[in-house]
Amino acid sequence: MEEYKKIKEARRKWEEKTVDKVISRFPERKETFVTGSDIPVDRAYSPESFDEERWLDEVGFPGEYPFTRGVQPTMYRGRFWTMRQYAGFGTAEESNRRYKYLLEQGQTGLSVAFDLPTQIGYDSDDTMSVGEVGKVGVAIDTLKDMEILFEGIPLDKVSTSMTINAPASVLLAMYIVVGEKQGVSRDQLRGTIQNDILKEYIARGTYIFPPEPSMRLITNIFEFCSKEVPKWNTISISGYHIREAGSTAVQEVAFTIADGMEYVKTAVRAGLDVDQFADRLSFFFNAHNDLLEEVAKYRAARRIWATLMKEKFLAQSSKSMMLRFHTQTGGSTLTAQQPDNNIVRVAIQTLAAVLGGTQSLHTNSRDEALALPTEDSVRIALRTQQIVAHESGVANTVDPLAGSYYVEALTSRIYNEAMDYIKKIEEMGGMVKAIEKGYIQKEIQDAAYRYQKDVEKGDRIVVGVNKFTVKEEAPRDLLKVDPALRDLQVKKLAKTKAERDNEAVKKALKALEDAAAKPDVNLMPLIIDAVREYASLGEICNILREVYGEYKESIVL
Amino acid sequence: MSERKLRILIAKPGLDGHDRGAKYVARALKDEGYEVIYTGIRQTPESIVSTALQEDVDFVGLSLLSGAHNELFPRIVDLLRENDAADIIVFGGGVIPEEDIPFLKEKGVRAVFTPGTPIQEIVDFIESKRDERHQ
Repeated sequence: MEEYKKIKEARRKWEEKTVDKVISRFPERKETFVTGSDIPVDRAYSPESFDEERWLDEVGFPGEYPFTRGVQPTMYRGRFWTMRQYAGFGTAEESNRRYKYLLEQGQTGLSVAFDLPTQIGYDSDDTMSVGEVGKVGVAIDTLKDMEILFEGIPLDKVSTSMTINAPASVLLAMYIVVGEKQGVSRDQLRGTIQNDILKEYIARGTYIFPPEPSMRLITNIFEFCSKEVPKWNTISISGYHIREAGSTAVQEVAFTIADGMEYVKTAVRAGLDVDQFADRLSFFFNAHNDLLEEVAKYRAARRIWATLMKEKFLAQSSKSMMLRFHTQTGGSTLTAQQPDNNIVRVAIQTLAAVLGGTQSLHTNSRDEALALPTEDSVRIALRTQQIVAHESGVANTVDPLAGSYYVEALTSRIYNEAMDYIKKIEEMGGMVKAIEKGYIQKEIQDAAYRYQKDVEKGDRIVVGVNKFTVKEEAPRDLLKVDPALRDLQVKKLAKTKAERDNEAVKKALKALEDAAAKPDVNLMPLIIDAVREYASLGEICNILREVYGEYKESIVL
Repeated sequence: MSERKLRILIAKPGLDGHDRGAKYVARALKDEGYEVIYTGIRQTPESIVSTALQEDVDFVGLSLLSGAHNELFPRIVDLLRENDAADIIVFGGGVIPEEDIPFLKEKGVRAVFTPGTPIQEIVDFIESKRDERHQ
């Protein structure tokens, strides 16, 4: 305490004597400085910025509660993060080729991008699918496509992440059956389904059903996997898209964790024990350019989740308290102008994710503000991770920024502000209620609007966009998806439908329809039966649409 | 006649949920004093055109980031034409490669604003077409 007093006094003197003298002659660049998310930043931080008496409770050691410093005691000294590039486009055949290329290049996990019809539960021949088949990801209509997608890739050797939400149970069912056909049992399957419907209503938009049946499908997956597919991450609770929609870093943490709480509450209400499923919950965050703010964000998120799981949900197992997360570098930070500059942005964001202790990472490619990435730009993105891992040295010690007065102060600040949001959402009755009121959407939009106005005014500089611009030629060599692809996929679907046992499909779909109306039945086994008979994704989702209805967006402007 | 506020429909055809840009443009144009209607995401070309007619708009601004613009933008222009509303001015934005823009213009999309465009450029475009709407 005596020491702090001395430091405080010294700081006061420094400000009065040294700083004021300089500022009177050389004013600072701005009157106030803020982070990328508008958190005020002081001129310099010193020991009294962080109360060291709280060190053990709030920071502590890696691999121990509250996990501020990381979920494992050795982190990347044991094993690097999983380098996992999100990929998929066109047909299953083309995507399968891209996966094999990435595995050859040293990637350590797969991450499947599905096209929008697949993500919203439409077959390629649906009128809603016009123009979208194979565009932002691979088109999957039936188990047949899934068999092709993983042809020659042994499912007991890779871990596979699938960005699929509303129809997550259907794609997981297909993956399980592909495993069966390869002779890989369910308990050997490793991977993740995104399965996070709440952020779809808030920010991403690929919802199908209203919240209640959606939450039931999710809980069914939790329960089924806890017994049958124990190594599977049953959800990836995502702040990534919330940030892409324009939220601040604090909002990203707060809304993601509030979503997580809603899933835990729903599962507990359905009769699951918290320690039965909580260790399979995983998270997914963004990495933006404000390096130190991002590092503080990940640290604060880990501490919040651990605190809530222990104190609010009374988890016993420390695994239930660990916030494990995937990171993707920020898509919305990429510029269409001078696209090579994006390589540098991605490198900074990679550092943020690694210094923040991510479990896996996708690095964006330089050309993604223009189109899907080419093979060349994907390779540079992957190499960026490999350079940070092998050459930068930051992976050699755990949580190297701990104890930085600034990073610790920022971590506390994000923790407190996010907790305030979480409290407010709880008072509204939880996340579903807050979404229905449009509160979350409005908070994000206001932040996005403020940010964009700042860019328009030149208060925020985006290099190559509102400063340091050059006259550029239109970029060449962009990846193009063949528009004739839809016809190809439609023909493939018709062939599968003609060759399958249509009586068996009908029976399986009827059984699913009956079960869907009964709240106490777990739908996973019935969905597995249906996909095994080559029932299509659209057929299964349409059955569920009939029983559950569809969600309609409440427009907030 | 010049007192009448221009009416603009901001619409999201296709299936992508990236509505940050559309919402920003909608709100910024509202702040500029225009009447703005926003459709929400995942709208079919048919529903966009029917909203445009119902709301008696002067402009339709389309935002799409999934790559389906070459199929969906021209479809909306055609549907407007089929409904005797070829005078409604269609513009677009989103992740649209430079090389696709001539094709879209040829199909009747009057302007395409790619990422990083200042809002003033869109305002200038709208103002430059004001007379055309008031003939």
